[in-house]
Amino acid sequence: MKLAIVDVGCGNIGSVSIAFERLGLEMITTADPEAIASADRVVLPGVGAAGYAMRRIDELGLREPIKALKQPVLGICLGMQLLFDRSDEEGADCLGIIPGEVRRLEPTRERPVPHMGWSKLSLHGDVPGLTDGDYVYFAHSYACDPGPHVLASADYGREIPAIVARGNFLGAQFHPERSGPAGTRFLEKFVTGL
Amino acid sequence: MPARRIIPCLDVKDGRVVKGVQFRDHRDIGDIVEHALRYRDEGADELVFYDITASAEGRSLDTGWVRRIARVIDIPFAVAGGVRTREHAAACLGNGADKVSINSPALERPELIEELARDFGSQCVVLGVDSFEADGDYYVHQYTGSVEKTRDTGLRTLDWVREATERGAGEVVLNCMKKDGVRTGYDVPHTTAVAEAASVPVIASGGAGAPEHFRTVFEQASASGALAATVFHDRMIAIPDLKEYLATCGIEMRR
Repeated sequence: MKLAIVDVGCGNIGSVSIAFERLGLEMITTADPEAIASADRVVLPGVGAAGYAMRRIDELGLREPIKALKQPVLGICLGMQLLFDRSDEEGADCLGIIPGEVRRLEPTRERPVPHMGWSKLSLHGDVPGLTDGDYVYFAHSYACDPGPHVLASADYGREIPAIVARGNFLGAQFHPERSGPAGTRFLEKFVTGL
Repeated sequence: MPARRIIPCLDVKDGRVVKGVQFRDHRDIGDIVEHALRYRDEGADELVFYDITASAEGRSLDTGWVRRIARVIDIPFAVAGGVRTREHAAACLGNGADKVSINSPALERPELIEELARDFGSQCVVLGVDSFEADGDYYVHQYTGSVEKTRDTGLRTLDWVREATERGAGEVVLNCMKKDGVRTGYDVPHTTAVAEAASVPVIASGGAGAPEHFRTVFEQASASGALAATVFHDRMIAIPDLKEYLATCGIEMRR
């Protein structure tokens, strides 16, 4: 089992790679389309801002290679948002793998933004590794639209899609690598087959 | 809100966990990784590690211990201490920290906040504020890691919090200096004022001595989290008991 973490050259892929290291996986961090295509699992980690990340993906010539992947792909946090059509963040034109847009959360007195901390998941169906009511760790200021591809949500004044899936693409808005035992079980299921 | 966060804070000096009172007289209380594991097991929601002398000594924290922590824990953690440049921050995040907390360097050069928020996202950028009450208002102090170098910046805390969050800080850790280590409760009015001035999560710090103090700061000041050191290190309050108590009070806790 070989895992590739897509390295677009910014931010905190540290905690993601360490989490997979703990699962005992052979892993490469790379921006090489061939190395990514030949991995058994691909992770698009959550880093920085959508506009910057998409510019880097385009500069590295990764847009089409990522869309063409057939093996299980997991987008984490920003990596999940990039799977959608478009993001409010810097008006980024995203990968368009899952229909829908990513919008900025509006802060209120009771709900500051970023949405930061442990929120409870409500599952819309079976999600391998997770149980309804599990707390997982979020840290984000933008969230994607609700829709038919959402497998689990959290509530933050509006519905926050927490897990989305379409075909071989899976996305987690929360940080499974920092979500305690629930997050680890979710990553294990991604690795061992969904 | 999400579940309110209980956040043990570990002061680090020369790669060891230390504890002082009102920022003075630090004594060694043990190994970083052992402490990190203990708090993870007890149900801490997040951890903060401060290299307390880094900023005053003009250096950045040592990323060696950041990686040692990242390897063993599966909850978020922030690191602080002399992070002055994009490269310092990148090294902390690259070694597995989830957030960097900046305090004195942000006061030296506020543009640092924008640079980090732009490249890493606001959720990675925590503003640490040491707030000191004087003449009926609160002012920001700098270089509080060293008794000799501590200085009053003359900046009003509320003004600085507004500016820093507009520049992109995604969270504020508000340390009320007069309350630090004295265990008489958080400064609820000041924390409330800062939470109202900021549209980002505010973490209360300084003064925790009893479970009721956590209840008050969550209920009255809308704090997203409460940070404490002594009461956890000295085992005066056990985190599972604290969470149980707060949940009974109707405050959402992750358990």
